Amino acid sequence: MSDLRELYQEFILDHHKNPRNFGPLEGANRTSEGYNPLCGDRVTIYLLVEGDRISDIGFEGSGCAICTASTSVMSEMLKGKTVAEAEDLFGKFHELVTGPPDEVPCTDGLGKLAVFFGVREFPVRVKCATLAWHTLKAALRDGKTVTTE
Amino acid sequence: MSDAQPTGTSTKSRGLDVREARRDFPILNREIHGHPLVYLDNANTSQKPQGTIDTITHYYRDLNANIHRGVYELSLHTTRVYEEVRGKVRAFIGAADEREIVFVRGTTEGINLVAQTYGRTHIGAGDEIIVTTMEHHSNIVPWQMLCEQVGATLRVAPITVEGDVILDEYRSLFNKRTKFAAISHVSNAIGTVNPAKEMIAIAHEHSVPVLLDGAQSVPHFPVDVQDLDADFYVFSGHKMYAPTGIGVVYGKLNLLEEMPPFLGGGDMILTVSFEKSTWAPVPQKFEAGTPNVAGVFGLGATLDYLNGLGMSQIQEYEDGVVSYAVERLSTLDDITIIGTPRQRTGVISFTIKGVHPHDAGTILDRDGIAIRAGHHCSQPLMEFYGVPATNRVSFGLYNNHNDVDRLVAGLETVIEVFR
Repeated sequence: MSDLRELYQEFILDHHKNPRNFGPLEGANRTSEGYNPLCGDRVTIYLLVEGDRISDIGFEGSGCAICTASTSVMSEMLKGKTVAEAEDLFGKFHELVTGPPDEVPCTDGLGKLAVFFGVREFPVRVKCATLAWHTLKAALRDGKTVTTE
Repeated sequence: MSDAQPTGTSTKSRGLDVREARRDFPILNREIHGHPLVYLDNANTSQKPQGTIDTITHYYRDLNANIHRGVYELSLHTTRVYEEVRGKVRAFIGAADEREIVFVRGTTEGINLVAQTYGRTHIGAGDEIIVTTMEHHSNIVPWQMLCEQVGATLRVAPITVEGDVILDEYRSLFNKRTKFAAISHVSNAIGTVNPAKEMIAIAHEHSVPVLLDGAQSVPHFPVDVQDLDADFYVFSGHKMYAPTGIGVVYGKLNLLEEMPPFLGGGDMILTVSFEKSTWAPVPQKFEAGTPNVAGVFGLGATLDYLNGLGMSQIQEYEDGVVSYAVERLSTLDDITIIGTPRQRTGVISFTIKGVHPHDAGTILDRDGIAIRAGHHCSQPLMEFYGVPATNRVSFGLYNNHNDVDRLVAGLETVIEVFR
């Protein structure tokens, strides 16, 4: 049960049940849709990018708890960040969820995203945790639909 | 005599003895995350009995040779067993003639074979092909590809919310442009047993041939293709306790004989010259290249095993377990069973209030319980029910009441985690 409790922490379940920044963003100038064909997770990210800064963000979709919570926490973390900072955060987050399960994860600079360290115990769920980030990257790049395949 | 080594003890007179049958499946001794395995993903692929595993080992260790080619003892022996298994398949599904049994990789390849041979020569621009809402992607996509190639149209027979085909609507789809119908015998996603015999009879009233997707029926109850009057019947070995990579296309002899080959190559020809080649007679015409010989041996062993247990006995036993599961799941407030068909076999799909199937699947796995979470390669059906995915439990002959109890306890944990 312990690794399950690490995966499904109260904080994650709260973001799953009450996702922040949920709904389409009016005035968005970047958008992208992500899809995980394995489990049917689907997320659309809306961004308002001004200069090199993400000034607002919204998302819609349906997915598992890990996917929804990850998207919700990401949306909170990214508001006000520069594009370069967002990409750097994705790199760190990816390392957090894909690192070896027996190593103590490095959570420097990850803030609230650190709660997702339990995902590394469940390799099949990595795609759930990173779908939002891949979608974000696509929105920042060219706004095409991405899949996790 | 074949080299198949059945391990099942005949229990026909007294029904299936599940405790004895469970001993035939070595994987059931495994522990997953510290718990005895409860395997409830049989519609995806089933586990293999020891006799089937031993037969494959025996083939590679003692018998390995190619078929239909050598003049030496090993090849002659292997060819003989390979053809004997064809005969066993014929008997198992009640076909009239061994030549009506074509070995393929599985159901998917089988349906593609029929679409690209019969379909390409009999279905043209403006023609229509009928499927149902509950088809597996493998009984949709090959027909869509054919439609694109020849300019035909796919028509879809609707279902009720309970998960039964609406027969009047199905009947009304037939017209003079209808050239083919491809129907699942049993739904892999919700477990509906379609009234296949009646649906075939309706198609035949309009002189339309029917392919039945038998992937989810052959493992669960006796099938008689002649009684059904199916024109094509396609199924996989791996869902019926046989190896992966082996499956069967049954086709009525007159249809197979007039169809062009599917793949070209060795073993499917009579003569080859650079000007023109001629085809071997059926079924070799459809078995180009070296086939999955070990898979055929394994399939033969599995058929011996299932015949030893008796398909009617398996059906009776499994129906009891599935009914018990429906009853137990119905007592959980947060669970909604998707589809309540008139006749069900093997499969139950359900949703859990507030819990995505993927999360449920992960939590159950930690209790050693394997279920499927997803769209089950039936996205149009998921859309019909307005869900992106479901939890699916699917049963085999070795599942018992204890497995159902463990499932229910696991689901209580899932609900607790998300409360």
